Formats: sequence, structure tokens, C-alpha cells
Amino acid sequence: MSGLEAFRKEARAWIRENAPRPLWGTSGSGPFEGYFGGRKCEERDLDLLLWRDRGIEKGWTAPSWSKEYGGAGLSRAQEDVIHSEMKAIGVPRPVAGQGLAMFGPVLLEYGTHAQKLEHLPKIARGEVRWCQGYSEPNAGSDLANLQLKAERDGDWYVLNGQKIWTSHAHLSDWIYCLVRTDPSARKKQLGISVVLADLETPGITVRRIDLISGYSPFCETFFDDVRVPVGNLVGKENEGWTIAKAILGHERSSIGRSIARQPGSAQREVVARARKHLGITKGAIADPLLRDEIAALGMREEAFHLTLARIQQSAESGTPGPEGSVTKIVGSELKQQRYELGMKIAGMQGLGWEGPGFDEDDLQYTREWLRSRATTIEGGSSEIQKNIVSKHVLGLPEGKK
Amino acid sequence: MSGHEVPSLLLDDEQKMLSRTARELIRERAPAARLRAFRDTGDPVGFSGELWREMADLGWIGLQIPEAYGGMGLGFFDLCVVLEQSGRELMPEPFVSTLLLGTQALLLGGSEAQRKSLLPGVASGEIVLSIGYDEPSAPPGMPRPAVAVERSGDRFELSGERAQVLDAHVADRIMVLAATSEGGSTLFLVDPARAEVSVTRQHRMDGLNAAIVRLERLRVGADDIVGVLDGGASLLESVLDRASVGLAAQMLGASEQAFADTLAYLKEREQFDVPIGSFQALQHRAVSVFTEIALTRSAVLAAARAIDEKPAEVPRLASLAKSIASETFLLSAKEAIQMHGGIGVTDEHDIGFYFKRAHAAYMTFGTPSQHRQRWAELHDY
Ligand SMILES: Cc1cc2nc3c(=O)[nH]c(=O)nc-3n(C[C@H](O)[C@H](O)[C@H](O)COP(=O)(O)OP(=O)(O)OC[C@H]3O[C@@H](n4cnc5c(N)ncnc54)[C@H](O)[C@@H]3O)c2cc1C
Repeated sequence: MSGLEAFRKEARAWIRENAPRPLWGTSGSGPFEGYFGGRKCEERDLDLLLWRDRGIEKGWTAPSWSKEYGGAGLSRAQEDVIHSEMKAIGVPRPVAGQGLAMFGPVLLEYGTHAQKLEHLPKIARGEVRWCQGYSEPNAGSDLANLQLKAERDGDWYVLNGQKIWTSHAHLSDWIYCLVRTDPSARKKQLGISVVLADLETPGITVRRIDLISGYSPFCETFFDDVRVPVGNLVGKENEGWTIAKAILGHERSSIGRSIARQPGSAQREVVARARKHLGITKGAIADPLLRDEIAALGMREEAFHLTLARIQQSAESGTPGPEGSVTKIVGSELKQQRYELGMKIAGMQGLGWEGPGFDEDDLQYTREWLRSRATTIEGGSSEIQKNIVSKHVLGLPEGKK
Repeated sequence: MSGHEVPSLLLDDEQKMLSRTARELIRERAPAARLRAFRDTGDPVGFSGELWREMADLGWIGLQIPEAYGGMGLGFFDLCVVLEQSGRELMPEPFVSTLLLGTQALLLGGSEAQRKSLLPGVASGEIVLSIGYDEPSAPPGMPRPAVAVERSGDRFELSGERAQVLDAHVADRIMVLAATSEGGSTLFLVDPARAEVSVTRQHRMDGLNAAIVRLERLRVGADDIVGVLDGGASLLESVLDRASVGLAAQMLGASEQAFADTLAYLKEREQFDVPIGSFQALQHRAVSVFTEIALTRSAVLAAARAIDEKPAEVPRLASLAKSIASETFLLSAKEAIQMHGGIGVTDEHDIGFYFKRAHAAYMTFGTPSQHRQRWAELHDY
């Protein structure tokens, strides 16, 4: 038995022993499913809180970070084993969110020792929740066009401007921000830096934005003479673009993976809706055309899962294939197909917004369907992903600018 | 199947090596343009028996045949490595008829005597096999060519016909599915050299070779049954699962090649003073083909692996592989033609052969919608 297989046995045993039973089968175990934490967190699920505490104690909220930074000092391969064992029984991550999945790994790579000591243990313990300050009204797909100004004033940066689409800013404690430190740089990518700010700092205002789903996870974040210590600069001044792209890389792969949830789960969910809304004749879903669409979805879901597995296997064997770029594009479209089909199946019962005559599941589903339109936009739109694959994977020439 | 239980979808070093050597030899000796030459010269065989035997000498034809019968004793996964490469150049050699139909039927249902007498010849490239069966995609309203049976004890007399039997014009043995009872059918091994058998060559658009096989009061015995009496349908279902996966591997290779040719053309052809590959409308479509090929590769490898290691998963994964590979190959071929412009619809250019084969392969061993229906049944809905 290889070392990793022995470790798998150990991880499996520990997780099955320590993950509270009521949490089993409730989650796809993705990096955005679990205890999000932070100072404003009002989590009341006692099982999840217990799971969080056990995870923290074991260092398995961030298994591959060193102990000094709140982790367990394990290898990346061991971390993957832990996550796959959580997934195998469908328990959430003991701590989840951007801090662990996106910001932390990049701080680990680019931050100073002092910055890591200050921020990483709090992320690993779920004490501080992070949000992402990238997009601005005039900097979406063309992110490098961002304008939020950071001017040096002694030991401080003074921030002025606006961020938009900052997911969960109202629930977060800190923001990692892309700012313009050199407005006169010869290329717009060159004058950008990454600065960290406590959202309690005077001058920061967070305003919520309502979405078509009725949810409001988004905010506009305004910066009005906000003073941030220069020690909060990550990496070198004006060299933030590389870091920004590294974070986006983590974001894309985690969006792709989080869509996957449990293998076969999209098909099971849609089949259950079909049984409920369409009924069964002679063992088959009553509407043959919708049944065919369900099978098409189920097949695509399986092919997507197999592709994720194949990418992971080739990463383990040291030769990552270019297929990694496929996950964001296919995964986000798959999620939309799944909800579209679920809505077609529900027919008139899917039209509810709230109140009598509609059941809770259907109301919730409608909201998720509306939310799913965002997956092909967030984290870089599908069109932008295709531009990236076209240039970096297929080697096609760039268009005339 | 949960994440970590997915068996390896990667090629090991030997398989990578096999893939490379097969690719080189095939690119050099068996370019797709041969299809035009076979067609235009009215070649009586339609493929190269010499090349087939040469590949047999390299061990490729007998890769999956057990050592006891003169093969290499490797897995179906290994065979798929070669099949993928053969698909890249649309090789008309008898991979499907002999290796994916005939050999699998013998491996799954053949008697010891049948295997002993035929498999060594297959492995050495001397024997061509085929099966005449009911193609699932035949329109239900059309009368299907069929074979009827008169039985007296252990003797059977077969009469009727089967059409589009792949490579039957050169086959040494043909297996024929015949109705032996109400609702039951049996696979019989037939020697086409017998006077009661006539074989008429057919010409298909896609360059694969086929024939109509007619039987007139052909007498066969219990020894000629492959599998068991009245067990033909279920044996054939297992054979077609494997054949679907092997065909899907060929389709994967063919999709890759059509895409590679297209990508090269996008970089080289200029209009409006720039390479046409700089137009975003084409770039995004190219990326879509690329992503479909990536998904197809995973499905094909998983299905091939299941044949060797997880037999219970085979029906599901075979339907997945056949279905997705069919759609991907057709997409890749259609997009290839469109992105080549006018030259793409000329006979002079090879891309048209990919399009024709894509459609033919789509219709063979069940269409995607038939496989989706089966998938739904296998998943209990
Ligand atoms: C749910 C959600 C969560 C988000 N969370 C955050 C967050 O936490 N922090 C943050 O900073 N941002 C966040 N965003 C913002 C997100 O990154 C942007 O919405 C995204 O990058 C697109 O920018 P935009 O909205 O300005 O659209 P635009 O860039 O204006 O795009 C409009 C359309 O034009 C297309 N387009 C643009 N450029 C090209 C091109 N070169 N080629 C082809 N087509 C093109 C786009 O694909 C799109 O279809 C979030 C967005 C969503 C939907």
C-alpha cells in the first residue's frame, strides 16, 4: 500500500468518526460549501459548528498550510485525499469560502511572513471572512482598466473610488483589492497593486445590490479617503496584475469544481422533480421528450465528472493537460442546463415567487434557476474564457485591436 | 461512482509509446487520402491486407486476444489506444468487423473449439470475421432483412439475408443472427465459401466496406452456434457494447484529426490581411470543438477501462461513450468543413471523408438518442 493509500484510510476513518451524522449527504463538499465564518457570521447549525471546531483543532480546514499558519503541514496530494473523503460522504467543509480557496493560497505565495502570520491562521479558523474587490463599473471583463486610486501618503495609502459586484462584502471583514498605484504607467496592467483593507476602516461604505433571484449577495463598495497602512501591500507596488491573475486562476478552477457536487447529483435532482411533476408511466418518466433531455444532461454530467477526474489524475502524475480550462466553460453551462430543465419540468409550478400555492422546494428552485444565469458571467465570462483558451491553449492569433 | 473511485484514465508509459508508434506508422502508411484511391480505382478489397498483416506482426491486431490463442493478452483499453490512432486516418482496414464484432463475440460467447480455430488467425492478420445483425438504428417501419430458421433436432437450415455486413466480401467467417424461436435468436457461424451462401459487395459513402449476405437453405449444426441457442440477442448486446466503445475510440481519433487540420488551417489561411484564426467568431467555435473533444476523451477512456475492470458499468458507459463521441465527431467534421470554406466541400480535400464517416459512425451501433433512451432505462427513469 502506497503512503497515500495509507493516508486515505486514516483520513477516511477520522472524517467518518468526527463529522456529525446529520451533516452527511448534505453537501457537495466544494470549497464554497461549509462554515463561512467571520465576525458577522450568525451560523446556528450546531453540527456545523462542532464540525468546524474539530476541523480547526485537527488543522484540516487548511490541510496543506503549515501549522504555523493554522494548517496541518500536509502535502497537496494529502489535502486532495481529505477533500475527496469529505465528498465521498457528502459533508461540508469545516470552513469554506474565498479566504481558503482563493486569497489564502495566493498570500501564501506572494505575501510576507508577517502578513501570512497575521491573516492565514484567522482564515484557517474561520474568524475572518474575505471578499474580492476587483470589478468596477468600467472594469469588468477588461479588468485592467480599473481606476480605484491608491496614493501614497507617508506610511499610508489613501484609497478613493468604487468597487462593484463585491460578493458578500456585507458579511465580510476584510477585502483584497486591486488598486491603481501608477496612473501614468505605459501599459494599464503595469500600474496595479494588491492592497488589503479592513472593511471597518473609516471611509468604506458597503451598499447591497438586489439580484433577479431576490438574493442580495452582491455589494457596491465605496472608498472615500480610506487610509490603509503600506504594510498591507501584497507583493511589490505596481506588480499586482500577476497576483490578480493567480487569484482568478484559483477562482475559475473552484467555480468549475463547485458545480460538479456529487457525481450524478444533477441527474438525480432533475429525475426527482420529473417524478414529482410529470409522473411515471410504466417505469418511465411520462414525457418522453423531457426524459430524453434528462438523459442528455445526465450523460454530460458524467462526462464532466470523468473529465475532472482525468485532469486531477494527470496533475498528480505531473503532466497537467490543457483540459483544465474546460472546466469553467463546461461546468457553468452544465449548471444552467440543469436548472433550465428543472424549470421546464415544473411547468406552472415553477412560476411562484413566494406565498401560498407553491411549495418551498419549488420556490427555492426558481431562485436557484435565476441565480444560475450568473455562473457564465462571474469569475470571467464564458466569452473571456474562450478568448483565453483560444490564445493560450489553441495558440490562435489575437484579433486586430 | 464517486470522485476518487474513477479508475485511471491515463495512458501508462507503454501505452503512450504504443500510441506514438501507431500514430507515426498510420500517418505515413495509411493517410485518409487512401479512401479516395480505393474508391476511384474500384479496388476489389477496399483496404490493404498487406498493411493489416504488417500491423498484426507488430502485435497490434492481437493486442487483446489472450496469449493462449496467439495474442498479446493485453486489455481492451490497450486496443483502444490503437483504435484511436486508426480513427485519425479513417482506416478502412477491418478493425470494426474483425476485432470489435467477430473477436468480441468469440471472446464473450465462443466455444473453445471456435476460439482455437479462429482467434490465432485473427491475431496473425490472416482471418477476417464479421457479423450480420439487426442494426438498432434501422427505421422500425422498414422490413428488416432477416434470416429464418428451420430446425430439426440439432440441425438448422438458414435462409434469408443480412445487408451492410461489414467486410463480408472478404470475410473468412461470418456470424449471422437468425430467429430460432418466438422472440429468441441465435448467432450462427457461417462459412461464406459454402455454395448456399452468396455475397454481394456494397459501396458505402464513407469508405468502409460491406456486403449483402444471402443464405439459401444453408445447413448448420449445434457446433456452429456462438454462445447458446436462443441467447443471441443478449450476447449481441454485450458485443455491441464493446464495439460501441471501440468505435467511439476511433471517432475520438477522427475528431481530433479533423480538429487539428482545422486549427492548422485557421493559422495559415489569410483573409482581410490576417489569419482567419484571429476572428473571434471562429475562435470561440474552435474552443467549443476542443471542449467537446476533451469530454469525449474522458468518456471513451472510462468506458474502455470499465470493459477490463468494471464489467457492471459497461452498458452505461458504453452508451455514454457512443453517444458523446457520435455528436462530437459530427460537430468536429461539420465545423471543419465550414472553417475550410469552399475547399472543404470539394472531393479533392480529405475533410469531406471525415464528414461522411462521422455520419456513418453516428448511425452505427445505435444513434445517440437510442443510447440516451437506454441510459434512462439503466438509471431507472
Ligand atoms: C455572481 C457574481 C459574483 C461576482 N463576484 C465578484 C466579486 O466578488 N468581486 C469582483 O470584483 N467581481 C465580482 N463579479 C464581477 C464579475 O467578475 C464581472 O461581472 C465579470 O467579469 C464581467 O464583467 P461585466 O459585468 O462588467 O460585464 P462586461 O465586461 O461589460 O461584459 C458584457 C458582455 O460582453 C462580453 N465581452 C466583454 N469583453 C469581451 C471580449 N473581449 N470578447 C468577447 N466578449 C466580451 C462579456 O462576455 C459579456 O457577455 C461577480 C459577478 C457575478 C455575476
